Amino acid sequence: MSIFEYNGSAVVAMVGKNCFAIASDRRLGVQLQTIATDFQRISKIHDRVFIALSGLATDVQTLYQRLVFRHKLYQLREERDMKPETFASLVSAILYEKRFGPYLCQPVIAGLGEDDKPFICTMDSIGAKELAKDFVVSGTASESLYGACEAMYKPDMEAEELFETISQALLSSVDRDCLSGWGGHVYVVTPTEIKERILKGRMD
Amino acid sequence: MGDSQYSFSLTTFSPSGKLVQIEHALTAVGSGQTSLGIKASNGVVIATEKKLPSILVDEASVQKIQHLTPNIGVVYSGMGPDFRVLVRKSRKQAEQYNRLYKEPIPVTQLVRETATVMQEFTQSGGVRPFGVSLLVAGYDDKGPQLYQVDPSGSYFSWKASAMGKNVSNAKTFLEKRYTEDMELDDAIHTAILTLKEGFEGEISSKNIEIGKIGADKVFRVLTPAEIDDYLAEVEESAAATRRTGKIGNEEEESKMMTGGRNYTRLSIDSQKVSGSVCTPRWFFSRERGVKISPSHHLLICFHKR
Repeated sequence: MSIFEYNGSAVVAMVGKNCFAIASDRRLGVQLQTIATDFQRISKIHDRVFIALSGLATDVQTLYQRLVFRHKLYQLREERDMKPETFASLVSAILYEKRFGPYLCQPVIAGLGEDDKPFICTMDSIGAKELAKDFVVSGTASESLYGACEAMYKPDMEAEELFETISQALLSSVDRDCLSGWGGHVYVVTPTEIKERILKGRMD
Repeated sequence: MGDSQYSFSLTTFSPSGKLVQIEHALTAVGSGQTSLGIKASNGVVIATEKKLPSILVDEASVQKIQHLTPNIGVVYSGMGPDFRVLVRKSRKQAEQYNRLYKEPIPVTQLVRETATVMQEFTQSGGVRPFGVSLLVAGYDDKGPQLYQVDPSGSYFSWKASAMGKNVSNAKTFLEKRYTEDMELDDAIHTAILTLKEGFEGEISSKNIEIGKIGADKVFRVLTPAEIDDYLAEVEESAAATRRTGKIGNEEEESKMMTGGRNYTRLSIDSQKVSGSVCTPRWFFSRERGVKISPSHHLLICFHKR
């Protein structure tokens, strides 16, 4: 079994009309055994930038702490929040620093940029950025997620419809993957508010 | 680096609480060629004298104003070689920031990092402080900005500033001339007039350098032809507003400078008086009996016949 499949994860982000949604599963396992059903994979960097990390859980937590550290220093020095594109470049640089002993996670970054334009991107474990206009996926359930998102996605969805779409895509994909599941955690972010919701699916 | 005997820091505190080496560095700056900068409402201009040691020097090869990034430029007063080293380090830092964040470095951040380098050289072993003060001009998302960085590593944001030989006269002149809503072209004129103030000899496009940045966020050093154009405009406006009174001699006349000031003619008792705008040197020249009342912008200079 690959090291990326040790803990199990499913992460997806989608672009809507002046908003974005980012969702993950909640299972933390050690191979076939489930350890926790409330594992936090999505983290807020600031009100307009979120990052979700899939892959090895220890690296998920450590990398998140490093990124929060870097962002806090940036905020203090520059007296402003990081733009999502800037943050993505930073994550890419940090991952590449460990090119020959990498962090074993794949981040998904989502944020609202200038003029409230939504921005999403994903990268591999050594920092190869992939920008997308519609959706990005990551984790052990990524193949199912690609299929589900491709089928269900429409451009310019409003916040509520986006929430429905991303939730259905996530739940149907993790049902096909034994290593991820146990519910879902969805954030829908618009310029004015952040809505966090927990999904209840097949609890296995 | 070097003998262990000499690896103490040259900047150790004196009993009066000063760092003597930094004071000396500031003296080195103060004897350097004059440079100045003015922040306008829609851009920044920096300028400097370019006095070359001999007429045989190829003036086109000497570049005192340098780019740090496409939208940040810098000029100095003091030691040229120290300036080159700082420019090199600053450019590298700007590019490192860009590589990390894929975003051009904000002016404040670059100034802070350059100032940090200068401060390091006041607290390390076996090195001396830099003998330059920098004027950094840039335009980023926060608008036009002008910063001065000193050998000690302290930096200040200025609306207009000068450094080098003629600093006190130039600053007095700038204080009078500066307005908040100045446009970039006005600022360039004012910069030229300020340089003219303390200029020894004839000012021309070969012995000054001007750099500007406008709302297009591109820093440019003006070509000699463009400088000539601006010099001509300055001359024109000086001639247009000059209404000469009875001036003693040509030397005095050549030191007269107008630039739009109003003046009045006065006669006082038995002495003939003429009124014109005078250079600051004349303000304080006792033997000519020059008097000024700045609050009324009234300048009287008179000389005995």
